[in-house]
Amino acid sequence: MSSTSELNTPIDVEVEESPLLDLLNGFIVELRLAGLPVSLTESLDAMEAVSHIPIEDRDAFKYALGATLVKNYSHWKSFELVFEVYFSIRGSEYEITEDDLTNSMADELAETEYQQGDAPAGGGAMSGLSPEELQEMLFRALLNGDQAMLRLLARQSVIRYAGMEPGRPVGGTYYLYRTLRNLDLDSMLDRLMAESREQALNELTQLEERLEMDEYKNRIEDLKKQIESEIRRSLVADRGVEAMARTLRKPLPEDVDFMHASREEMANLRRSLYPLTRKLAARLARRRKYGRRGPLDFRKTIRHSLSYGGVPAEPKFKYPRPSKPEIMVIADISGSVAAFARFTLHLLYAISSQFSKVRSFVFIDGLDEVTRFLEGVEDIGEAVHKVNTEADVVWVDGHSDYGHAFGVFWEKYGKDIGPKTTVLILGDARNNYHASQSWILKEAQHKARKLYWLNPEPRAYWDTGDSILGEYATYCDGAYEVRNLRQLEAFIEKLV
Amino acid sequence: MKDTIIQVDYRFEDVNGVRSGLSDVSYLADDGISGIVYLADRLAKPVLIEGPAGTGKTQLAKSVAEMSDARLIRLQCYEGLDESKALYEWNYKKQLLRIQAENETRDWSEIEDDLFSEDFLLSRPLLEAIRAEDPVVLLIDEVDRVEIETEALLLEILSEYQVSIPELGTVEGTQVPLVFLTSNGTRELSEALKRRCLYLYIDYPDLKREREIINAKIPGMDENLADQIARIVRSIRQLDLKKHPSVSETLDWAKTLLLLGVQKIDADVATDTVNVLLKYRSDIEKAVKEFADNPDSIEEVEEEGAA
Repeated sequence: MSSTSELNTPIDVEVEESPLLDLLNGFIVELRLAGLPVSLTESLDAMEAVSHIPIEDRDAFKYALGATLVKNYSHWKSFELVFEVYFSIRGSEYEITEDDLTNSMADELAETEYQQGDAPAGGGAMSGLSPEELQEMLFRALLNGDQAMLRLLARQSVIRYAGMEPGRPVGGTYYLYRTLRNLDLDSMLDRLMAESREQALNELTQLEERLEMDEYKNRIEDLKKQIESEIRRSLVADRGVEAMARTLRKPLPEDVDFMHASREEMANLRRSLYPLTRKLAARLARRRKYGRRGPLDFRKTIRHSLSYGGVPAEPKFKYPRPSKPEIMVIADISGSVAAFARFTLHLLYAISSQFSKVRSFVFIDGLDEVTRFLEGVEDIGEAVHKVNTEADVVWVDGHSDYGHAFGVFWEKYGKDIGPKTTVLILGDARNNYHASQSWILKEAQHKARKLYWLNPEPRAYWDTGDSILGEYATYCDGAYEVRNLRQLEAFIEKLV
Repeated sequence: MKDTIIQVDYRFEDVNGVRSGLSDVSYLADDGISGIVYLADRLAKPVLIEGPAGTGKTQLAKSVAEMSDARLIRLQCYEGLDESKALYEWNYKKQLLRIQAENETRDWSEIEDDLFSEDFLLSRPLLEAIRAEDPVVLLIDEVDRVEIETEALLLEILSEYQVSIPELGTVEGTQVPLVFLTSNGTRELSEALKRRCLYLYIDYPDLKREREIINAKIPGMDENLADQIARIVRSIRQLDLKKHPSVSETLDWAKTLLLLGVQKIDADVATDTVNVLLKYRSDIEKAVKEFADNPDSIEEVEEEGAA
C-alpha cells in the first residue's frame, strides 16, 4: 500500500483537487494493486484525457481511461472489472430512459415510474408480477433480443431471487448462483429453440438451427452478465467501493496458478498460450541469430589479413554453434498436476523447432511414451486429450508412484539418454510414501546434459507431507517452482 | 513543452464527428475506435493499435488520412530497419560531387560546414512526416517486426516530434501529425514505447458491426445474406481454431457468395466455400464437421428408419 500511495502524491501536486481526481486516483491505485503496471506518466495522461471528453459519456470515459492506462490487452478484463466497481454505481449507463422503453414490448410498464438509483428498493410495476409472468416476459425479451427489457428483467430477478441482505459476508457468486437457479436458463434455451422452430416457415436446417442456438446462447450470456453486474452494483452500494474492489481482485492471466485455476481461467490460459508460444519462438530464434560472439578465431583472422597486406585489420571470431538440445519430458499426469503438465507439453511442442528432438513420457504409477501422439500434429490440444485417454499409465491403483515410474523409465529408455539430452521432470513429487528410487535420477543426471525438476506447487509446500522433492532435488541440476505462465515462460527461455 | 510547434487547431470537433467522418469513407468505427482517434488528436499522442490480423488496423490509419484530406506517409517496418531507412540519410554522392566541384577554390572548413547542411539531407518517412507543410498522417506499420533496439529510434519522434541529427542539431517539426503504429503482437513492445502511446485494441467486430461492414463494403449485398454471413462467421469464431476468420476474410467470403449468386447459405454452400474463410486444413475440417456432418447423418438415419 505505502509504495503505491507514494507514487500517487505527485499527481495531487500537479492538478487541482477535485472529487473526480480523487476518484481517479483511487481508481489508479486499485489498478496497480490488481497488478497492472500503470506508470506515473500514464496516470497523468489519463487525467488529461478525461478533461477532453464530456463526463456524461460513460463509454468515451471508459475508453479514454483504457487507452491511457491499459497497454496490454490481456489486462483489459481486470481493468473493466475495476472500472465497473468504481464508476458504474455513479454512472448513468444503467439508466433506463423512456426512449428505450417506447419501442420495446415493455410499453405496458412505461407509465409506471421506474426510478433509477435505488435499485434494491424500487421495482415498479414489476414487483407485482408472479414468477410465471416474469418468466414469460423474460422468454419474450430473449426471443426478441429486447435489450432494455432484459436490463429491466435482470434487475428485477436480482431483487427477487438473489436474497441480498446488507452486510452479509458472502461473495457475489453466491447471489449469482441463487438468481440463476431460480431463472432456470437451460430450459429457457430449449423453449426458445422450440419457439423458433415453430415460427420458421420451413423446417430448420442443421446450420440454421445451430445459428439460432448461438444467437440465443449469446443473449442468455448477455443476460447473465447483466445479472452479474447488477449484483455487483448492489454489493458496491452496500459495502463501498474499496472493499468491493478488494474482494473482486483477480490475478492477471499470466499470474494464474495452474493448480487452482477455475474452468474459466483455464480457458483463458489456453487462449493466451498460443500467442505466447509464437512470441517465445520468435524471441528464441532471434537470439540464436544475433547470439553472443565466440572467442577470436586466430587462423581466420590471419588468413583474412592477407588481403590487407598482412595487417590483421578485421578480427574474425568463432561463432559458437548453437546447441540444439534433445529434450526428454517425464510428466506426472495425475489429478491436480495434470493441468500443469498439459501446459508444459503444449509449450514445448509449440517451440519444438528450437530443439533437435522432443520425447515425452507420462506417468501416474506406470509410465508410457507418448511422443507418437504429439509429434507432427496440427492440433496439439486434441493430441494432449489423446494422451490423457490412451496412454497406458496406470500400473496398480492410479496413485502417483514416482519410484516405480522412474524404474520403468530407466529400464526401457534409460539407454537413450545421451550427453546432449536434457531431462525435464514435471510433478509435485508427492509419492504416496512409496519407495523413492532416487538412485535412478542420480544415474540419469550423470548421463544427461542437464536434469531439471519443475514443480507446480509453491516452494513452501515442498517436502511437506508425502512430498519428497528435497531427496530428488539433490540429483537435479535445478528444481524450479513453476506455478504460472510467467514462470513457465522464464524457465523455457533458460532451457534453450 | 511543445510550444515551438504551431498547432493551428484541433482536427476533430467531437467523437461523433470522427465517427461520421470515418463512416463517410466507409470505415465503420465503434465507440472505442472513434473515441481514441479523437483523443489522439486532442492529446497529440500517437496511437498504438494491436489486434488480430485482418481487423482493419492499417485501414484505420488510411481511412483517417482520407477523411481528413491528409497525405499518408507509411513506414513499413521489417527486421533490419535502421535510421538511414526510417529517419534520414546524408546524400553522400551529392556531397562527393560538391567536394570535387569546389576542391581548389575554397577553404576546407567552409566546405565542411556546407556539406552537412539541409541541402544534402535525404528525408526518410519519419523526418518527412514532421517536416511536411501539408497535413499528414504517419503510419508505422507492423512495428513489432523491428528489433527492440531499433524501437528506440522512434521514441524521440513520438514524444517530442523532433529529430536530433548529430551534424546538424535538432530538427524541429513543423506540425504534430497524427501517428498510428500497428502491431500484430509477435513480441511484447518495450515499455518506453507503450508509455508514449494511446493503446487501442481492435478485436473482431460484434455481430451488428460486422453486418454493417459487409453492407458498407459490398454494394448490392442482400441484407438477409449479410446477416447470415455475419452470424455464421460469429459461430465459427466461437470454435477453438488456430486462426479465426478475419474481417477481410469475411468480406472475401461475402464477395465469393455474391459472385456465385447464392441467395441463402446452406450447409453445402458453406462447406464448398469455407476455404475462403479459413486457411488451415485442421480448421476447415473442424468447421465443416460442426456445420455439415450432423444433418447428413440425421437425414440418413431418418431415411433408413423410413425404409
